[in-house]
Amino acid sequence: MTNGLSNISIALDLLEFGIFFVILTLIVKPVGKYIAAVYTGKRTFLSPLISPVEKWIYRLTGIDANQEMNWKEYTLSMLLFNFIGFIALFLILIFQGSLPLNPEHFKGFSLSLAFNTAISFITNTNWQAYSGESMASYFTQMAGFAVQNFLSAATGMAILMALIRGISRKNTKAIGNFWSDITKGTLYILLPLSIIAAVFFVSQGVIQNFNSYKTIDFLQPIVTQSGTVTHQILPMGPVASQEAIKLLGTNGGGFFGANSAHPYENPNPLTNFIEAFLIILIPASLTYTFGKMVGDTRQGWAIYIVMLSILIIFLGVQYYSQIRGDPLITNMGVSGPYMEGMESRFGVGGTVLFSTVTTGVACGAVNASMDSLTPIGGMSSMLLILLSEVAFGGIGSGLYTMLAFVIIAVFIAGLMIGRTPEYMGKKIEVKEMWMAVITALTSGIVILIFTSIALVTKSGTSAILNPGAHGLSEILYAFASTANNNGSAFAGLSANTLFYNLTTGFAMLIGRYIPAIAILVMSGSLAEKKYTPPNAGTLPTHKPAFMVWLFAIVIIVGALTFFAALAMGPVVENLIMWGGI
Amino acid sequence: MIKQLKASILIFVILFVIVGFLYPLLITVIGNVFFPWQANGSIIYKGNEPIGSELIGQPFSNPGLFWSRPSSTAEFPYNALDSGGSNLGPTNKMLIDRVENRIKILRNSGITGSIPSELVLGSGSNLDPDINLESALVQIPRISKVTHIPENVLRNLVFEHLNGRTFGFMGARVINVLELNLALMNLEKVYGR
Repeated sequence: MTNGLSNISIALDLLEFGIFFVILTLIVKPVGKYIAAVYTGKRTFLSPLISPVEKWIYRLTGIDANQEMNWKEYTLSMLLFNFIGFIALFLILIFQGSLPLNPEHFKGFSLSLAFNTAISFITNTNWQAYSGESMASYFTQMAGFAVQNFLSAATGMAILMALIRGISRKNTKAIGNFWSDITKGTLYILLPLSIIAAVFFVSQGVIQNFNSYKTIDFLQPIVTQSGTVTHQILPMGPVASQEAIKLLGTNGGGFFGANSAHPYENPNPLTNFIEAFLIILIPASLTYTFGKMVGDTRQGWAIYIVMLSILIIFLGVQYYSQIRGDPLITNMGVSGPYMEGMESRFGVGGTVLFSTVTTGVACGAVNASMDSLTPIGGMSSMLLILLSEVAFGGIGSGLYTMLAFVIIAVFIAGLMIGRTPEYMGKKIEVKEMWMAVITALTSGIVILIFTSIALVTKSGTSAILNPGAHGLSEILYAFASTANNNGSAFAGLSANTLFYNLTTGFAMLIGRYIPAIAILVMSGSLAEKKYTPPNAGTLPTHKPAFMVWLFAIVIIVGALTFFAALAMGPVVENLIMWGGI
Repeated sequence: MIKQLKASILIFVILFVIVGFLYPLLITVIGNVFFPWQANGSIIYKGNEPIGSELIGQPFSNPGLFWSRPSSTAEFPYNALDSGGSNLGPTNKMLIDRVENRIKILRNSGITGSIPSELVLGSGSNLDPDINLESALVQIPRISKVTHIPENVLRNLVFEHLNGRTFGFMGARVINVLELNLALMNLEKVYGR
């Protein structure tokens, strides 16, 4: 295609990608090390500041942070804590109209929308069937949504820590203290990083205030069919504080409907780069944390390399597809990059980088309209989600899901070479395999079942915006995104209906808690096992051969599950677009 | 169970206060002390009158001004209470029809060569404040004809307002349309009509 981007633009875009991943690789170790220190109770440079607060919290609540839990206690605590969060957010949404900090006098959410939205935020999904600037008050945004952005992220990390302890400990039932993990994750990791990021965002133009919306006269009044319009109303609000945790906690729920495409959320190319970076920062660093905590950092790097490879491959696919553009448009005498749904200031490179990272990492913030991506570009993002969010996946959840794939890979390899499968000195037995398979396959099953239901019901298909094959993609994407707790959308789908609020609500619940519980069961089981030192027959899980094997397992499971659905959606649309069938 | 429920509620309430109130208040205070202009919307003033945000686009249809990207927000273009893309897919007939209409308007305005994509394709927010270089250059003959400002003066104006990629490699080269038009209106005073 001659009409797309110039070669210089392409070279600079590739440079942007390259610099992004080099910086990431350099920062994984220091951040990962810090996180490991936090969760193992070591002193860090922030301890003098935060430790008194932490101790004060334990004293006030009467929690003994040194009292460790078995997997049942840990799971119960996690579920209760998330349930309290659900109730609190649900009530805030319902009674929004009577709560303070509501200068635009927004009404309460409908029951089904409040149910869907509350689940969405406690499960770290941030699927948004509402539009922020026209439905959510400042109170709802900061005391409702942002609170869960912190707590659902801390929950994800806590579950991962429990699994890591299960792997690294032996002959014990104890897998950590959930209260301590939640408190530490919030105070030592999420909050300090959020403060730095939020202040930076304000300096760049992300707004942070409690003003009422601002009326601005247009420089030039415009004439529309319904008369002359002389002004626009600019929404305001405490955006920067929410923006920071939205990204760091891999939540993704935008303050405004346009999410990170909105200039008040993402004002320039630098903030765009930093936003994408904040999304991936903690999930990537956790691979090093894992290696550090199990006493073999090579194990963490092996997983990092596999995750990064998956992400970069799909980055390439999406970028290639986007610069090829839409022939239907170029054939009309239009030149330049295909920019429908994309912001000028980010360009194709900045858009694709963000779109790939936000879907590979289960964040779901978007800086473009995903629905308007080219068929293969959109499919690339969808596949990153469909592979169960393992490159790098949601905060905590991405790595624990990948570790389930590691267990599966070790097990299958063990069967093939006729050895007892072991991972990190622990025998992999029936129980571990069951839990690993449940973790890896739950979302796939949920997606296929719910998508099928939606496709054969009127309430499912009537919400479609784009007809034909693209409509199938919209529905498939909705359930892929919710069941894997991503939260981004092919937003043409009118999702605020009773049908979608309930189905996506349950998809998010099942997709979050079934794997989470399975991981905690596995953690308890692994912790109780004795340590078997590696011998000549042990499969080394840090070598390139195993990385390739793990990569193949992830791709094969994902591809086999969704091949048919993808063939009927984006693949067909791509053929229609280029071949005119 | 009761013990855990009590712990759940207590921990939730404390963290709720810290991250739900203290944290946003802290950022609001820091933001408004050090970056008051940015924290309150990057509003551009002419005298005492706010005339727009540097970050939020406005629609222009006057042939003597630079036009922004098309916007399909509800009720009227660049309605900032309805941010978000058109969500139309690349093969959707509605998208093709819209582009056809926009091309027609641009052709009527005198553009003969190929049409820069950003002038016919909507953005992700539909509030995009920028256009790329090609989209600005292609409008110069029309503006020159209406305002009698020489084309080379307009070209210089456009290049003066061109923001390169950040650090040379991030994002894309763009021009802020509102700022460009404000500068253009100042020029018009110089050249008269």
